Amino acid sequence: VAGSNRTGAGGNDVQWCFSQVKGAIDDDVAEADIISTVEFNHSGELLATGDKGGRVVIFQQETENKCQPLSRSEYNVYSTFQSHEPEFDYLKSLEIEEKINKIRWLPQKNAAQFLLSTNDKTIKLWKISERDKRPEGYNLKEEDGRYRDSTTITTLRVPVFRPMDLMVEASPRRIFANAHTYHINSISVNSDNETYLSADDLRINLWHLEITDRSFNIVDIKPANMEDLTEVITAAEFHPHQCNTFVYSSSKGTIRLCDMRASALCDRHSKLFEEPEDPSNRSFFSEIISSISDVKFSHSGRYMMTRDYLSVKIWDLNMENRPVETYQVHEYLRSKLCSLYENDCIFDKFECCWNGNDSVVMTGSYNNFFRMLDRSQRRDVTLEASRESSKPRQVLKPRRVCAGGKRKKDEISVDSLDFNKKILHTAWHPQENIIAVATTNNLYIFQEKVN
Amino acid sequence: MSEDVEGVQTGEEVAEEPKEPETKMISMEKAEEAKLKAKYPNLGSKPGGSDFLRKRLQKGKYFDSGDYNMAKATKNKQLPVASVEKTEITGDHIPTPQDLPQRKPSLVASKLAV
Repeated sequence: VAGSNRTGAGGNDVQWCFSQVKGAIDDDVAEADIISTVEFNHSGELLATGDKGGRVVIFQQETENKCQPLSRSEYNVYSTFQSHEPEFDYLKSLEIEEKINKIRWLPQKNAAQFLLSTNDKTIKLWKISERDKRPEGYNLKEEDGRYRDSTTITTLRVPVFRPMDLMVEASPRRIFANAHTYHINSISVNSDNETYLSADDLRINLWHLEITDRSFNIVDIKPANMEDLTEVITAAEFHPHQCNTFVYSSSKGTIRLCDMRASALCDRHSKLFEEPEDPSNRSFFSEIISSISDVKFSHSGRYMMTRDYLSVKIWDLNMENRPVETYQVHEYLRSKLCSLYENDCIFDKFECCWNGNDSVVMTGSYNNFFRMLDRSQRRDVTLEASRESSKPRQVLKPRRVCAGGKRKKDEISVDSLDFNKKILHTAWHPQENIIAVATTNNLYIFQEKVN
Repeated sequence: MSEDVEGVQTGEEVAEEPKEPETKMISMEKAEEAKLKAKYPNLGSKPGGSDFLRKRLQKGKYFDSGDYNMAKATKNKQLPVASVEKTEITGDHIPTPQDLPQRKPSLVASKLAV
């Protein structure tokens, strides 16, 4: 297949170019417009975003020039809908935000597309379907729907389907509610395409996609006495191929792999992944910065990646006592931990993602910088998502941060970084070198430079 | 032995420096900790412990639904604006439909979908 040798590589060979940016230019960002999740579907044809206002926007890659591998494809709005609304839990006097925490696509089974979207408490299964024909010529009804006067009807008219302008409809098919006391941070569809898990701070539940009135609790780390609480669940994911296996990460920097065949309640892990640390090296910040904000299996299923505040770690599922690779995302922040704690940035939850062939991983940083870490070539690059570099097909220039000492030309010093410009959510097309990078309220799409 | 890759350099092969940067890392962290403790002497010794976690689990707590609705109204600036006439005495003015606060506008579409 033409072009297949180019997919996935992200090292020195790949140059990234600006392709598109979605969202408003103005600096005054409404809270509802803050992007909270970004996800490609399994084919990469669709790209979904969720925001703090509970809305989902889906973009579709245009297929016009699919036969020409060198052409650039654009993502255009396909559908948008209000997924969740703000609620108030009267019993506990707790606000339930409409913010979409995660979107996960189901593999496509028929003409329609399905995705799961979740806020803090409720998961919804949405069906997105196309309508491009409509029946016309009813016998008893006018075109506008009014009934014809039956006394005027003298002949029989059989309706026929005629083409119409494409309409994309989103409808909620299932609502999975009332199963989480704490805030949902993850959902993950199982490879069996029948079940999925949802994880909150203390518990993980297993659902069947068809059944909304029941879910099985498979992990419960709530202590008998809440005063003894020291650790929460931060992320969870099913293995991409083994339907009995899932992992969950914690605020203490550990990852537990569980096998659902072992017991109904997976409180006892099958494997515990933890990098040993010298207790004498611990500081006030150690535990906070070790908290894992995201965990993602590789496409191969052999590895998993974790993101903590300052680094990305690649773990081999066969080795529990330490990661096989560690990459520093923004090590220069270690000397700023005090102020990052004061402005709460130290609690920012960055996500990470793999490219299609697991050779490159990507994660975000501050100042609208994001990092591409090439595992195979042991290279890394820092790029920036900004309106200044948004001319069509403009190649992104690598960025450099000066940690201290003399600042070279083109470098930016740590103190000049804008900590309000965070890239928390990124996604990589499953097959091609197309990436979606979310700044606070804009979605950037970058593509591999094509000569 | 796991390999640490320094992330600051770009586009070039990075030499591995196993042990040395670690001690530098730790002393930087401890220096930051000292800074923090100097600013907030009452800071508890267990930062990732139950206080912090319990605060996180309490996110979104209000006193009651009235408290919640007031907070929402203030956020959306939907509170009825006081009448322009400062000399007006409460009870003297009979409200007309024009005086009532505007209904919350119907849900706005995302700016990404423009």
